[in-house]
This record gives sequence, C-alpha cells and structure tokens, in this order.
Amino acid sequence: MTATLHADIARLRRTNPRIFTRPLPERLRTWGLWLGFVAVLAFGLWWIDASPMRIVNGLNKLGLLVTLMIPPWPGDGLWDYTYAMFETLAMAFLGTLIAFIVALPLGFLGAKNIVPNWLFHFGLRRFFDTFRGIDGLVWALIFVSAVGLGPFAGVLAIAVGDVMVFGKLFAEAIENVDNKPVDGVRASGGDNIHVVRLGVFPQVFPVMMSHVLYFFESNVRSATILGIVGAGGIGLQLSDRIRINNWQEAAFIILMILVTVAIIDAISRRIRARLI
Amino acid sequence: MSTLNPTNGRLASTTRDERLLSFDERYRQQQFTRRNWTLLYGALFLAALIGAVAVSDFSIPGLVKGLPMAWNYILGTFPTLTLENFWADLADWYWGLRFWLRLLVETILIGFVGTVMGGIIALALSFPASRNLVENSGIYFAARRMLEFFRTVPELVFALIFVFAFGLGPFAGVLAIAVHTAGSLGKLFAEVNENVDPRPIEGVRASGGNWPMIMRLGVVPQALPNYASYLLLRFEINVRGASALGLVGAGGIGQDLYVAIRQFEYTDISAIMLLLILTTSVIDITCEAIRHRLIGHTLTQVA
Repeated sequence: MTATLHADIARLRRTNPRIFTRPLPERLRTWGLWLGFVAVLAFGLWWIDASPMRIVNGLNKLGLLVTLMIPPWPGDGLWDYTYAMFETLAMAFLGTLIAFIVALPLGFLGAKNIVPNWLFHFGLRRFFDTFRGIDGLVWALIFVSAVGLGPFAGVLAIAVGDVMVFGKLFAEAIENVDNKPVDGVRASGGDNIHVVRLGVFPQVFPVMMSHVLYFFESNVRSATILGIVGAGGIGLQLSDRIRINNWQEAAFIILMILVTVAIIDAISRRIRARLI
Repeated sequence: MSTLNPTNGRLASTTRDERLLSFDERYRQQQFTRRNWTLLYGALFLAALIGAVAVSDFSIPGLVKGLPMAWNYILGTFPTLTLENFWADLADWYWGLRFWLRLLVETILIGFVGTVMGGIIALALSFPASRNLVENSGIYFAARRMLEFFRTVPELVFALIFVFAFGLGPFAGVLAIAVHTAGSLGKLFAEVNENVDPRPIEGVRASGGNWPMIMRLGVVPQALPNYASYLLLRFEINVRGASALGLVGAGGIGQDLYVAIRQFEYTDISAIMLLLILTTSVIDITCEAIRHRLIGHTLTQVA
C-alpha cells in the first residue's frame, strides 16, 4: 500500500517537477530578497545600537517610570489641563474647517473632468503630493517661527497639512462621480456652474464629509502633540510634566488624551453613520 | 358615501382633496422635523465654531497678518541660485549634504526597523485579537484593548518617554515607532484575519493541528499578501513620522531640522525639507508599485 503510494509520488514528481519544486531562478530570487531584507535589518539594528543589555536596562527604567506614574493624579492643574484639552480640540476643529474650505475649490480644479487641461491638473496634483511628504509637526515648527507661540500656529499647521491631502482626496472623489446627473443637468440647459452645483456636488458631498470627519478624528490625535513644539494645546503641558519628571501628572494627561480621543471617535462615527 | 370606489379600492369617503391634504400635511411635518434637525446641528456647529475661535485666539486680522508672514518666512528659506554661478550656489546651499545624507539614512532606518519590529508584535497580537480565531473572549478583549492603547497614545509621547528610559538617540525612536505601529497594524491584521476563508482552518484542525499550527498553516498563507501590503503602507507613514521624532531627541534628520528652524538658518531649512520631500516621494512611489503588484489596485491609502 505505502510502497505503491511512494511509487506514485515518485512518478508524479518525475512527470510534474514544477508542482514539487519551484524553478531555480525563482527560488534564488526569493532567497535573495530575504537575504537583502535581513541584511538591511541587521544593519539598522547595528546602527541604532540595539543590544540586549540596553533593552533590559531601558525596560527596568521604564518599569520604574510606570510605578512612578501610579496613581495618575492631576495635582492642582486639573483646570489648566482641561482648558488645554479644549484648546487642542479647537485647533483640530478650526484647522480641519479651514482646510475643508480652502481645499474645496482646489479639489474641483484638480479634477480631470472639471478642468480638462492635462498640464494644469498634473501640476496641481504634484504640488499636493510634494507637500504631503511634510509631517504636521514640521509645519507646526514653521508656523510657530512665523506667527509666534500659541494655538494659532497649531491651527495653521493643521490646516496647511490637511489642505494638500483634502485636495487630492476631493479631486479623486469628483473624478469618480456618475456622469448621468451631469448629462441631465446639461441637457436641461444648465451652464457649468449649474452642472457643478446640481450634478456633481450632491454626489461628492457625503464622500467629502466622511473624509473631513475622518481627518477631524486624526487631527485631534495629532493636535495633542503639536504643543511639544510650542503650538498650544495639551502637548505643551504633557512635555513640560515629562521634562520636570512629574510622572503622575503626565500619566493623568495621557489618560485624558485617551478618553478624549475615544469620545471624539464615538461622536464622529455617529455623525458619519447619519450622513452616509 | 360609503361605497367602494371601483377603480382603486379605496373608501370613497377620502376624496382626492382630502388625500392630497393629508399628504401635504405629512410632507410638511417631515420637512418640519428635518428642518429642526438641520437647525439643531447648525446651532451645535456654530457653538463649536465660536468656542473654538474663542479658545484658540484665532482671528481674521491675525490670519490676514499671519499668512503673509508665514509666506515671507517660506520665501525666505529659498536660497539665491544664480544661473551664471549655479553649481557653486548649489554647493553652498547643500554645504552639509554628507552630514544630512547620513541623518537621512538614519531616518529611513528608524522607519524600517520600527516597522519590522512593530509588524512582528502586531502579527503576534493580531491572532488573539481576531474574533474568529479565539474562543476565550477574555483573551480577545485583552488583546484588543492593548492594541487600542498602543494605537491611541501618540508616537511622539512614546518617544518622549522612551528617550527618558533608553537615552537620547535613534533607539528610542525605533521603539516608539514600533509600539505605535504594533497598535495600528495589529488592528488591520486582525481585520484581515477575520476575513479569511474558514475552510483551510477547519482542514488543519481536522488533521490534528494545534492552535499555532492552525494560525501558521490555515490563516497566514491566505492573509500574507494583505499583511505585506499594510506593512509597506505603514513603512511609508513611518518614514514620515521618523523625520519628526528628532524634535524630541529620538534620532534622525528631525534633530537637525529643529536646530535649523530654531537658529533661523533659513537656507538649511529648505535644503533639508527638499531632501525629505524627495526621499518620501521616492519611497511612496516604490512602495505603491510593490503594493500594486502584491495585491492589485484595491487597497487605497489610509492615513
């Protein structure tokens, strides 16, 4: 029984070699890729000077920090923290709103089906892509230098960072509209403005709102850290507490951030479900 | 009259006018509730707007004054490049190129090692965090909450704490990125796991496989292309994030950018930013090409 089975397998292996072993070049390529991957990883680990000793020492210190954090306690800064949290929310709200208002016309200009000029459309898209590569925190640094410390710099940083992404997303949403309503408006004698207002806008508005809400959530998260470079909000308080080694209050602020983010997420999920 | 209307079977007591009237009333009522909801949302929005403007000392004059200032600042960072002396000017602009390239490599390495480490943790945590793969709801709950915690605490906060515990330098940055990546990738991986075909899982179980075997042979082969695609996406995001970590002393080019901005070395700012933009664009384009080969064009970028 087993003998015949083995003979069968041997025969199959002879007749269909490709099922049992992949061709040599393919195997070599796979191994080469893995080798390269491991080599880069090893180089990276060497570069950052990762040694087990360091990890153990650091973890010990981290454990100490955690014991210092318990119990989280606001001290007498509760009101300051709450106000800073509102500042953070305000930065995210205004930043997202401004980005939306600015990106709306840009999105229409960047859409192929609204502005058929290839060069213009390509240039605008590349412009968006270029500035998308810059982290929000870097924008915050720049605006703190340009307009001074405070939440206003944070608002501008969030707005500028988001305009680029919104512009791209809106343009894509507009390019994906169904053409039938557009043709309908045009057939009943509407001009270009009518086409955009009545044919395109009702289709893309829910998509846009969903993006905007999503970015509001994500901006609340990023606004919590903008304060580290002086752009207002809860991040300033947090980095201060960490700098002066007040770990109980730092832990309290981190908890505040977690709770706020959870609340904002829940609210925005509700609104999104209603809109779409 | 109480006879049946022969054409539509309705009681003739409801005449056309009455029916129209009741329709009209219902329409008006619905419009009324709708308008009320719109008004309520509008009022809430307005309240939020006013509150936000008050708290963040945002003002139109401030904006009018601030935007040109910001624009001048950005213009000021551009170097003077002249045509007749182009190469010398360029060399002058990029006087620190060797140094910056080293930091840039460090930034990419932080992103890479952080993504790999985070990916390993995410993979380990994603199985217990998948509804269809664990029976014990306690384990599921714990894994989910843990991922949520990793994901919600901002990367930079982890970096601040890790710089304190592990010392200044890229090591703290890698750990911060790894922890945050573990949180966000873990959730995505778990979602992939929850969508796998259950038949291979049952096959492995029926042939006597234990839990790790089921995961290795029943789940991973199906989910691998999705894992890889999400990993690449995360790598793009993490290189961008790594460029900011230097601001809190966690290594990479951010450190130098921070110094340049703080000390008003204008042309250095634009030089470093340009390098950063070029690097992130190259990585984005490469990763996107690989992702499309791996999985087709279905996955779009999630921020």
